[in-house]
Amino acid sequence: MYVAVKGGERAIDNAHDWLAQERRGDPAVPELSVAQIREQMKLAVNRVMAEGSLYDPDLAALAIKQAQGDLIEAVFLIRAYRTTLPRFAASRPVETADMVVDRRISATFKDLPGGQVLGPTFDYTHRLLDFTLMAEAEGCDTGPEQGTPEPAIPVPHVTQFLNRDGLIEEAPHSDDPPPDLTREPLELPADRALRLQAITRGDEGFILSMAYSTQRGYGRTHAFVGELRIGKVAVTVDIPELGFAVEIGEINLTECETVNQFKGSRTEPPQFTRGYGLVFGQSERKSIAMSLVDRALRWNELGEDFTGSPAQDEEFVLSHCDNIQATGFLEHIKLPHYVDFQAELELVRRLRSEAQSQQEAAE
Amino acid sequence: MIADMLSGGFTDAPVQSARAFREILEAMARPGTIRRVEGALPPAPLSVAAGVTLLTLCDATTPLHLAGRCGAQAVKDWIAFHIGAPLFDAPDADFALGHWADLQPVNRFRIGQPDYPDRSATLIVERDVLSDDGPALTGPGIQLRTHLNLPEVQAFHANRALFPLGFDTIFTAGNQIACLPRSTRVEVI
Amino acid sequence: MTDQSYNFAYLDEQTKRMIRRAILKGIAVPGYQVPFASREMPMPYGWGTGGVQVTAACLVPEDRLKVIDQGADDTTNAVSIRKFFARTAGVATTERTDEATVIQTRHRIPETPLTPDQILVYQVPIPEPLRFLEPRESETRKMHELEEYGLMHVKLYEDIARHGQIATSYAYPVRVEGRYVMDPSPIPKFDNPKLSGCPAIQLFGAGREQRIYALPPWTEVVSLDFDDHPFEASKAAHDCDLCGAGHSYLDEVITDDQGTRMFVCSDTDFCAGRREAGHQGRLWASQPEAAE
Repeated sequence: MYVAVKGGERAIDNAHDWLAQERRGDPAVPELSVAQIREQMKLAVNRVMAEGSLYDPDLAALAIKQAQGDLIEAVFLIRAYRTTLPRFAASRPVETADMVVDRRISATFKDLPGGQVLGPTFDYTHRLLDFTLMAEAEGCDTGPEQGTPEPAIPVPHVTQFLNRDGLIEEAPHSDDPPPDLTREPLELPADRALRLQAITRGDEGFILSMAYSTQRGYGRTHAFVGELRIGKVAVTVDIPELGFAVEIGEINLTECETVNQFKGSRTEPPQFTRGYGLVFGQSERKSIAMSLVDRALRWNELGEDFTGSPAQDEEFVLSHCDNIQATGFLEHIKLPHYVDFQAELELVRRLRSEAQSQQEAAE
Repeated sequence: MIADMLSGGFTDAPVQSARAFREILEAMARPGTIRRVEGALPPAPLSVAAGVTLLTLCDATTPLHLAGRCGAQAVKDWIAFHIGAPLFDAPDADFALGHWADLQPVNRFRIGQPDYPDRSATLIVERDVLSDDGPALTGPGIQLRTHLNLPEVQAFHANRALFPLGFDTIFTAGNQIACLPRSTRVEVI
Repeated sequence: MTDQSYNFAYLDEQTKRMIRRAILKGIAVPGYQVPFASREMPMPYGWGTGGVQVTAACLVPEDRLKVIDQGADDTTNAVSIRKFFARTAGVATTERTDEATVIQTRHRIPETPLTPDQILVYQVPIPEPLRFLEPRESETRKMHELEEYGLMHVKLYEDIARHGQIATSYAYPVRVEGRYVMDPSPIPKFDNPKLSGCPAIQLFGAGREQRIYALPPWTEVVSLDFDDHPFEASKAAHDCDLCGAGHSYLDEVITDDQGTRMFVCSDTDFCAGRREAGHQGRLWASQPEAAE
């Protein structure tokens, strides 16, 4: 008895209804608001903004809500929305040296101008579940006293001190407009600006693993965290009609600069070299990982050897770091493949019957 | 003057450009066939078809070269307002617009790179009239042969010899267009 | 009705212009993969985003769109894409091949011969035919440039040496007008002969891989083979159990716990059309209610 598969449209509608119910969960439990997600799931919001390439905490929170907390799905929602947005202007490069820092640490100097600022970090928490958070009504703990904010003092970059002594490679300013991965097809070989752009919106887990692999010896780069800083920077836009730049807002960024030991190569003198990471929001893990992968990918420019390590391989890293591309292609194999499978089925049958008849002939 | 500059673009760009592109696609995919387009009223000396082609394919991301009379100030103003394509010299242009004589020598135009043959120029060539009174054309997109009145034959032989490199050509006259991609072989006369 | 909150056919005009320019270059260099700045679409990569972008760039309001997946109009992804365009472009849709002006397809070429008034848009997962021989784009681009297709022939010949035949049953590589080797997308090799000399325009979109390529009408497309092992467009050695067709590509369906099988046309419109015309397969006469 054969009944052809029909009713795809109804099945899809029903699946969507069910999905909406699942998202809401038990109606007896109050619904999450977007503001709650934005304020209390901040690090998830940051990740969605970073990998979605769109700085908008409200939309990121909405996406997380809609995606039931599946962050890659949330990133996808943001990306699909982002691509429809018109572009009014390109900002000037943000000045991270003028960042108002919440957190700033250096692993290379015990003390330094601007100081070590621990900021809001998990670093020294004991990873013990805090059952008081399970209590329905949280205490009205407002956190450490905020008081009047201290006037922002400039916090110079650590690498600047090394640069003064010529101990670290120069990082000259450039006014060349960077390529735009979202408007031009990826072309290889990529320059550093394009690589950084791809990595900053790349999957955190992938970048983390790539960075980890360099630490374990697959393209080792001997990285020290010269500096990690998190805070607000101003975004300014040139207004041609006015003839000057206008500040249009502030964004939170995490910046990591690694200082990498370097014994010199065929083309470069012994000096410290740099790896760089810059990510939307408080995204420490991602920015450190980014700077390690950035440094590993610079082997050619610094005259190092290609050891065949994945993290050194630009085409490998750039082609596989985007989780929206990856998840789409991975999951597409659940779509119907009846036709190709049928073709393979026929082929295997034919190969088997020929192998069998050959065997019989031999016997 | 200003009014001329501001008028003559698409009034419903999404739909008009879609219809125009379909005609251009058909023309490029079936070399030598003549199609009609509509929707633009560009300033003289541009034909309707040249205006439609520019509106459909060009924008701020496509360097454009204007040759001869097509480089008139009224044309430049109209393009600046409706299309925004930056004007460039012939060797750097993605698109070039002009009468055949004004586009000479055509070997100035980009023919693509061996690894990226798509990075080549598209010439929009203004003609007085398009007709099937001309040399026979064969190649991809053509079942047996088509005929088109070409401004000359030699340049298109030379261009075909470069395949897969080469420029591609869109001929425009009044509201008519016809195309000659680099893949087309032109009969030797 | 068109959803007014989106531009016609969803994409913004600048994006459509960029895609249209890529399509024209693809037409001018048949079989060559033109890079294009594929956009994120509101559906996942790998689910037809390339085909959807190409279709969006080609559609006009007067079009009648057909979308098939595995030859069928009612597979869920085909339904989803058809609905997307009905909503964002307001175009009429159809399941009939002969009524459609634009057909977007995944993995099949319709059995009903196409006409000069049609455009066939393929969804392509991996546009690079050399990818599984050489994973690096930087290398494969050079191989296309230099027409270095020896590796592909070696691979096919190794199949013959090991298995006595070429063990590629779908996405079978072709050569276009004697120049570019092209991946026809994962259509069964049964469909390969329909690629050549086709009256319709054939466009191929790979969204994730950011490539568009094309076959103008009447283009010569040759499936790679050897003199002593000519290409063969094979299919299951059965007739359709519903419409009795002996020359259409078949799906194999398992009908009970004992593993009983039947074979039915993968092209659902073709099969239904034949049954309407009075053709009957082995199991149709006894199971008329299957038409429901």
